[in-house]
Amino acid sequence: MIIGKIQNGIVLDHITPGLGMKLYEILGLDALDCQVALIKNAESVKHGRKDILKIDELIDINLDAIGFVDPGVTVNIIKDGKLAKRKHLEPPEEITGIMKCKNPRCITTIEQEIPQRFRLTDRENGTYRCVYCESKLEY
Amino acid sequence: MRHLIDIMDLSTTEIDDMIRVAKDIIAEPAKYSHICSGKKLATLFFEPSTRTRLSFEAAMYELGGNVLGFSEAQSSSAAKGESVADTIRTVGAYADIIAMRHPKEGAPVVASAKSTVPVINAGDGGHNHPTQTLTDLLTISREKGRLNNMTVGLCGDLKFGRTVHSLITAMSRYENVRFVLISPDELRIPEYLKYEVMVKKGLDFIETTDLEGAMPELDILYMTRVQRERFFNEQDYLRLKDSYILTPDKLTNAKEDLSILHPLPRVNEISVAVDDDPRARYFEQVRNGKFIRMALILKLLEDAK
Repeated sequence: MIIGKIQNGIVLDHITPGLGMKLYEILGLDALDCQVALIKNAESVKHGRKDILKIDELIDINLDAIGFVDPGVTVNIIKDGKLAKRKHLEPPEEITGIMKCKNPRCITTIEQEIPQRFRLTDRENGTYRCVYCESKLEY
Repeated sequence: MRHLIDIMDLSTTEIDDMIRVAKDIIAEPAKYSHICSGKKLATLFFEPSTRTRLSFEAAMYELGGNVLGFSEAQSSSAAKGESVADTIRTVGAYADIIAMRHPKEGAPVVASAKSTVPVINAGDGGHNHPTQTLTDLLTISREKGRLNNMTVGLCGDLKFGRTVHSLITAMSRYENVRFVLISPDELRIPEYLKYEVMVKKGLDFIETTDLEGAMPELDILYMTRVQRERFFNEQDYLRLKDSYILTPDKLTNAKEDLSILHPLPRVNEISVAVDDDPRARYFEQVRNGKFIRMALILKLLEDAK
């Protein structure tokens, strides 16, 4: 399968196989008018298999969201057909507005204008907890 | 602005200081009887809790201050749909300090982010209830003269019992405290608490279903109620509510200086026949609740200066 090079845009590489669609959804890429390619189960020298996302525009991308879903992703910024910047991610300390707390007793369930915030409480296990009710984030 | 949302907002030094002040209040109440003259405490109870509200109100009155507030959401603007943030900003214009109880977990975090005066979490759903934990710590300190080097048994609903979770977390910071967790299998302590607090910190604890077997080693027995309001399923509640009932015969093998505590209200988990046993300290615990709240109000008002 051949997907053409992009001139100005973003390539999310080394996505854990199966998480490409999750990132597509969480980053809201369906709302873009530019070309977006999702390649599933591409061959990878390092990992065997990987997903790749190519976005044919330099959009303001939510790195926290990517780091939260799949911290192993490499973010490549392409300008004038060349690699301008490469970012390796870490799980963010806090995420806002990406996920919703599922605890039915949480204050965010009755006051919708409160920003949905989660804090990384256990880096080893990648556990996030709601800033308000401290429930573990399930996704 | 300093608030009290979670017991872990306080360092052990601050807790020890508050316990010292509470003991001084008990020894010399007259010294403190006008110390909050001209100050107002707002008790915002979005769900009823007569015991906690009266404890806060009694505490403020005994400090010479005044109290305003509401005792249920129906008699507040929350019934009209006002947000917690707006209520707290409004009340902050009237009061010097706020004690807030809310059925939704995390509501005091929202309140404290917007408040111009100190906010005390007086209970948020099944989540935190730090002033109950302070009450428990003062009681244990008064009973034993220390908060370290002891075996604490916690019995009953360890799954939903927030007082148990907070007490374990708070006491995990004191040296050589051993926990004996006594509950039916369905109401065992949550996994996250077990691993993120107890195992990670290397605490000494065991889980058992045998109250009488555990009794001889306990210095403190903390009984809890199986709370109807924490269950979504009535049948589960009915099946588990009578799991552990403390009766005089179960205390046969207990230490002579055991202290039996309970956050109250009880239903039937401690037989009334136990009330006359000198080891039953739960009504003294209630009194301690008022004194430690007095110490807390003083601390937060002082910190807000």
